[in-house]
Amino acid sequence: MIGLEIHCQLTRLESKLFCSCKADYREFSTNINICPVCIGLPGTLPRLNQKAVEKATTIALALNCQTPKKIAFFRKNYFYPDLPKNFQITQLNLYGPTSIGEKGKISIEGKDIRIRRIQLEEDPGRLIYEGVSERTQITLVDYNRAGTPLVEIVTEPDFDSPRQVRLFLGILSDLLENLGVSDPTLEGAMRADANVSIDGGPRVEIKNIGSFYDLEKAIHFELTRQESLKSRDIAISQETRHWDDKRKITIASRSKEEDEDYRYILEGDIPWVVLDSQSVEKWRRNMPEGISSKKERYVRDYGIPTQVADVLSSDKYYSDLFEQAHNKSNAKEIANIITTDLMGLIDTREKREQSKITSKHLADLVELVNSGKVTRTSAKNALQEIVKTGKSVSEIVSQTGLGKISDEVELGKIIDEVIKEETSAVQQAKDNPQTINYLVGKVMQKTKGNADPATTLRIFKDKISS
Amino acid sequence: MSLAVSAIEYIDNVKNGNITAEEFTAKTLEQISKHDSSLHAYLLVNDNALEQARLVDKKIKAKEKVGAFYGMPISIKDNICVKGGKTTCASKMLQNFVAPYDATVVSNLKSEDAVLIGKTNLDEFAMGVTTEFSAFGPSRNPWNPDYVPGGSSGGSAVSVSALECVASLGSDTGGSVRNPASFCSVVGLKPTYGLVSRYGLVSYANSIEQIGPLGRRVEDVALVLNHISGKDVNDNTTVENHNTDYLSEIDAGIKGKKIGIISEMSKGEGLDKNVENAFWKSVSVFEGLGAKVEEISLDLVKFTVATYYVLTTAEAGSNLSRYDNLRYGYDMDVEGYEFKSYISKARKNFGREVTRRMILGGFVPSAGFAGKYLLKALKVKSKLKKEISKAFSKFDFLISPTVPILPFKFGEKMRDPLAMYLADINTVTANLTGIPAISVPFEIHNGLPIGVQIHANTLQEKHLLQAAYSLQSMTKIPRVPL
Repeated sequence: MIGLEIHCQLTRLESKLFCSCKADYREFSTNINICPVCIGLPGTLPRLNQKAVEKATTIALALNCQTPKKIAFFRKNYFYPDLPKNFQITQLNLYGPTSIGEKGKISIEGKDIRIRRIQLEEDPGRLIYEGVSERTQITLVDYNRAGTPLVEIVTEPDFDSPRQVRLFLGILSDLLENLGVSDPTLEGAMRADANVSIDGGPRVEIKNIGSFYDLEKAIHFELTRQESLKSRDIAISQETRHWDDKRKITIASRSKEEDEDYRYILEGDIPWVVLDSQSVEKWRRNMPEGISSKKERYVRDYGIPTQVADVLSSDKYYSDLFEQAHNKSNAKEIANIITTDLMGLIDTREKREQSKITSKHLADLVELVNSGKVTRTSAKNALQEIVKTGKSVSEIVSQTGLGKISDEVELGKIIDEVIKEETSAVQQAKDNPQTINYLVGKVMQKTKGNADPATTLRIFKDKISS
Repeated sequence: MSLAVSAIEYIDNVKNGNITAEEFTAKTLEQISKHDSSLHAYLLVNDNALEQARLVDKKIKAKEKVGAFYGMPISIKDNICVKGGKTTCASKMLQNFVAPYDATVVSNLKSEDAVLIGKTNLDEFAMGVTTEFSAFGPSRNPWNPDYVPGGSSGGSAVSVSALECVASLGSDTGGSVRNPASFCSVVGLKPTYGLVSRYGLVSYANSIEQIGPLGRRVEDVALVLNHISGKDVNDNTTVENHNTDYLSEIDAGIKGKKIGIISEMSKGEGLDKNVENAFWKSVSVFEGLGAKVEEISLDLVKFTVATYYVLTTAEAGSNLSRYDNLRYGYDMDVEGYEFKSYISKARKNFGREVTRRMILGGFVPSAGFAGKYLLKALKVKSKLKKEISKAFSKFDFLISPTVPILPFKFGEKMRDPLAMYLADINTVTANLTGIPAISVPFEIHNGLPIGVQIHANTLQEKHLLQAAYSLQSMTKIPRVPL
């Protein structure tokens, strides 16, 4: 059995959970994005970010959770250098359901993965080690991250395989991005710990996993390790293990850490927050359309093939671009261009950030393609230019002669050139009409793809047969 | 003009040009330099006080808008942050801590042209009832320097009593404003939980403590409350004061009001006979003022001290855990130390009482014991709230002696923490239930002050102050024998 604890930063929020420092701390040099509140100076008090409560609630709703009537915050007390107050303000259901969501589920490949609880909490600061963390001589602390709003999602142990975990995290990550609460591609924005056990045996928690890719590996390793122990009749102990990124194995943590008693107490500085059904309903109504609903709509309303709709709807960046660009009649072609050409061009977060393409570019380009003025091949070339420079489609057409060459006189001249240069190929084409495609290819080369293939073929056939 | 003026008299005199803010501040500073080496009310005296008073005088002369306090000297307990100066909490742990921000109450006072004359002594982190647990030495009771001034806001009470300021801000977690007010014969108010912002008050037990004003007169306390109360964006637990003017109609009297005497606090074992006698005299005074007085038994009072110490130590354990030698503590070479080991080193910076409460605070909420201690205490707290609210359906006010004993000599209770904790028996109920309570000077017995405590229901400060004012009008307290 495999269960997950996923931490997701609400990176799209303006400010931290309890002060007005920035929620996205990444642009700052160390210990700049801090204030008396988030570094826990004596006398300071947490000031709850209401927007965070709203966004965390929408996550709970999107994961089909129940939301309580009132939420409460608790202090999880433990000493760690990255924790300014030496307690973390978090949530749990100590006195009934007071955490922001519980009892939800998402379905993957027909299987329900149940969500046990969702809690809103503050991220600690960040430790920077010199060298390998176990043998470090110097540990530095950066509090820029301290107080960043974090949502912890705890699943039931419902996963059957590491693969299911990967699929789940993919879906969850798309869902969070689609909700507009987080950018899961940001480094450290989404982190997960796993609980792994076999055949009802003791539960092993794996921590310190850097990426989802490693998570799948770590779970796989842990399952194999436990099975191997079992087959040799060696007892599996309930423990916390750390993922060793270098050796790609899990190693037992020092036993102290697992026995930690967090001495939870109510956070008296934050009064219980009433989640009245009116507000929750309003937040629900304002939630962006879900991925599966989007997908169905694309297929139903625009006749987009299921596979294309699937790819398009699960990516917020591209589906947003799509929605802005299409006018229904050109939807199918825009979806096509995005999924077959653009996605390959912009495939990393850096490229997305640098990309200059807008929805107008796409609409203009598709109009030229649909009216036969530009070929798909030229359109693809134009996309590269657009992404890089952001030039308008008309500018690119006039500058690079991207217009489709459908002028038969001009095309005839180029074809004549090719016939002169490729005498043996022409002869061959006369004997075997199928090889004529080679000659058409030569014309496309000369025109950098601007010739209209159908017209070229017709003229060739005329000239060769005459 | 004498220093023994009320805040209202001071303001009138400055307005009328009988004295300047600078002259009064200068006299106050003189008083401090004359008496404070023996009384030790202050941990820090503001070097810029005179300059600040001068600026207020300038405003007055130029007929500019002047804040409500007209340069009145107010002292601040040293667990409340004042920007740019040290806020030590009378602890070695914070002996060099300089707050980079003002507490909300401090910025309120500043913007109303108060002169913050200095930071006052306290029991370390506000844990104690004598100021003997200050890391920088105790304060002395101006009525008799062999006696403790009460605590933990002992320095604040002494500074007011010894004419070293006009009013002061203390903090009250289990009686820390009212206890020293009673012992030093000044007025001390613990407001409703949430009425005054705690932003900038270094937390000890954050779910029950409040900043409260001390003054020589009830009306002075009302005036200060006017300017420090109300909702604050920096403290999510604060509530609206609806622009209540606590000063107007303060002389409305208490004719026809119903007063309950809390039996468990006002008679029987543990109550000093002299305190008891004085208190019952005050009952006749209330009756003379036209109030209907009746006894009421609050069964849960006998559990309040235990409840208080369980809750406060659990919260203190959490609130003080940030003092870990990483950010506060020794200036030590961390080389060769594992992180957790320098926490234990840092802990040596705490005094005996703080250490005791930290150890308790680690224990009462711990796995396996929380049910027996913390959760039970929370249950008593919520039942007590119901009991109190039921009592207020019948009474306007509930009264008792503020402290069941007379001020005592230094060292007397130091060795017996349980006996010392029992001095809190009459004051902790207001904190556990969040209701306001005030201590009013009533009598001097053999040179030692005795105060009477009045409670009112949540947010009924206006009526509470009227009752206190009525009592004050019927008492005659001699001058402090400085």
